[in-house]
Amino acid sequence: MSQQSTEVHVEHSEEHESMTRKKIWNVFFILLGITCVEFFIALYVVPHYPKFHPFVNPIYIVLTLFKAFFIVAYFMHLKFETMSLIFAIIVPILFIIGLILVLTNESHHWIDLRSLGL
Amino acid sequence: MSTAAVSQIDEVKSTPWSGGRSPFNVEYGKMMMWFFLLSDAFTFSSLLISYGALRFSAAAWPSAALVFQSVPGLIEHGAPLVFVGLMTFILIMSSVTMVLAVEAGHRNSRKEVVGWMIATVIGGFMFLGCQALEWNHLHSEGFWWSSIPNPEVLKEFFVGQHASAVAQAASAHQFANLFFTITGFHGFHVFTGVVINIIITINVLAGTYERRGSYLMIEKVGLYWHFVDLVWVFVFTFFYLV
Repeated sequence: MSQQSTEVHVEHSEEHESMTRKKIWNVFFILLGITCVEFFIALYVVPHYPKFHPFVNPIYIVLTLFKAFFIVAYFMHLKFETMSLIFAIIVPILFIIGLILVLTNESHHWIDLRSLGL
Repeated sequence: MSTAAVSQIDEVKSTPWSGGRSPFNVEYGKMMMWFFLLSDAFTFSSLLISYGALRFSAAAWPSAALVFQSVPGLIEHGAPLVFVGLMTFILIMSSVTMVLAVEAGHRNSRKEVVGWMIATVIGGFMFLGCQALEWNHLHSEGFWWSSIPNPEVLKEFFVGQHASAVAQAASAHQFANLFFTITGFHGFHVFTGVVINIIITINVLAGTYERRGSYLMIEKVGLYWHFVDLVWVFVFTFFYLV
């Protein structure tokens, strides 16, 4: 039991080095900055530049994935875990990508059904 | 054969997966929190992906800039994204105070942990309050589960889209159900997160983790809290921006 608690403690001191207060605030400002860029696109670019409309949604999604990366990697500390844990969490995301592909395909089919009046 | 030369088969392996230790090198509860969050991520993605599929195949969709353009109690029209921007800021901010609590826990500083945990709880309550106002605003317009505003009000949300009143009503129903279900499910997570954070703060005040010698529990609830923030990032993008 005592051995276990010392192990936990050693692990802690390593993590302490990996995520300092300065780094926490850096990540916060990155997240805030990305959100501000999203607002800039939504409130300024979209109303003023209709030409950019086709690119807006892909840009939102990429920026969102960036934010997700920073939250998971730094706030949730996954970047500093062992490689096997990282893979155990990241690889199952493939199932989500699979569902996206399947349902995107399916929704195309729904559009076809509707145009046929079914 | 001398005993010094051990055959390869008898050698004790010391790789991470050879047994006798945790290959993930994390404490049990933290690992299980990760796997719970993975399953929760599946639930949320199922909801968001079905939202995406329904919206993609719809003939028209209520425009986010027209549905969400008020700041409850202050501005009635013409302020798209302002209120939800505030909500996003509150949640990101409370995520930061949570990491700061974890960081203070690593230094075994009980006072700081309590301070940051209380800040996180306040942030959570502020977010829930904002969400209640947002729901109340939409409800006052006529949106609720399987309930939509009358056609006169409804067509204002479809300005610039060519769709029949029937198509507008159909997609407005889908929008209302999906919006209240998904933000409701997220709000429920925020609520449970706040409750868990309060319990953990009381434990910190009672000195439970000081006696235990580690503030690892703060990290575990922190993971849950960040996950709630992570989900909001996606909800925000797909309901308010896209």
